[in-house]
Amino acid sequence: MSAPSSVEQASAAATTPASRSWTLRLRQSIERHLPMDHLLPDRQPYYVGSWVYVFGVITIAALAWVIVSGVVLSFMGPQWWHDSRVGRFFNSLHFWSVQLFFIFMVLHLWGQYFMAGWRHGRAATWMIGVVIFGVSVLPAFTGYLSQQNFDAQFIALNAKDAMNGAGAGAFFDVLNFGQMYGLHVMLLPIGVTFLVVVHLVMVRTRGVVKPIDAEGGTRS
Amino acid sequence: MDTPAQYFHWGFILISVPNLIVIGGMVVLFAIALIAPFPHGSEGDDVSTK
Repeated sequence: MSAPSSVEQASAAATTPASRSWTLRLRQSIERHLPMDHLLPDRQPYYVGSWVYVFGVITIAALAWVIVSGVVLSFMGPQWWHDSRVGRFFNSLHFWSVQLFFIFMVLHLWGQYFMAGWRHGRAATWMIGVVIFGVSVLPAFTGYLSQQNFDAQFIALNAKDAMNGAGAGAFFDVLNFGQMYGLHVMLLPIGVTFLVVVHLVMVRTRGVVKPIDAEGGTRS
Repeated sequence: MDTPAQYFHWGFILISVPNLIVIGGMVVLFAIALIAPFPHGSEGDDVSTK
C-alpha cells in the first residue's frame, strides 16, 4: 500500500475536529470570518447608494497618493524637492494629498458619527478609526518638520518647548531632523497603513452599518 | 503669503479666516453629499433589501 499523498494528508487534517496545525486553524478562521464575497463584494445594500459613503474611499485614495508621492520624495531627497520643478510638483502633490486625506477623513468621521457607525458589533471598527485619526497627526507633524525650509525650523523651534514641557523631549527631539524624517518616512506610514488595512478588513467583515430606521438588510 | 492671516473673532471663538473657509467648505460638502442624488447602477445594488 502506497503512502498517502500530501493532498490526502491535508484532507485528513482538514476533517480533524481540533487540528493541531496552526496554519489550518488560521486558514479556517479566515474562511469563516472573511469569505471572499465579503472581502470583494459585487453588490451592496441599497442604502449604500449615497455620496456620504464615498468619503471613506476618497480618504483611502488620498492616502495612496500620499504614499506614492512620499516614496518618490524619499528617493530623490530635499535638494530635489526644493530646487527642481518636478520635485516641487511632487512636494505639492504630497502636501495637498495630505490635506485631502485629513479633510475627507473628518467628513467620513462626521458621516459615521451621525449614522452611529459603531452599532451591531462595530465598536472595534469605530475605535480603530479613532486611533487612525489620532495616529495620523504624528506623520503630519513630522512631515512639517521634515520640509527642510524656514517653516520647518519655525515649527521645530516652537514645538521643542511643548515637547520638553511634556517630558517627551528626551526621546522625541523635534530639532533632530534625522529622527523626525526617519519616523516620518518609515515607522509612522507603516503604522497608519496597517491600521487602515485592519479598519478596512473589519468594515468588509461586518458590512456597512444599516441606517438607524432601516428595516431588514443583507447584513446586520 | 508672507503676511499673517486675518482672524475671525466672535465671543470666545477665535479662528483664522483660511481655517474658517476650509471648515465651512467641509460643512457645505457634507450637506451636498446628503442631498445630492447618487447614480444607481443597474446591477450594483442589492434590490432585495429595498
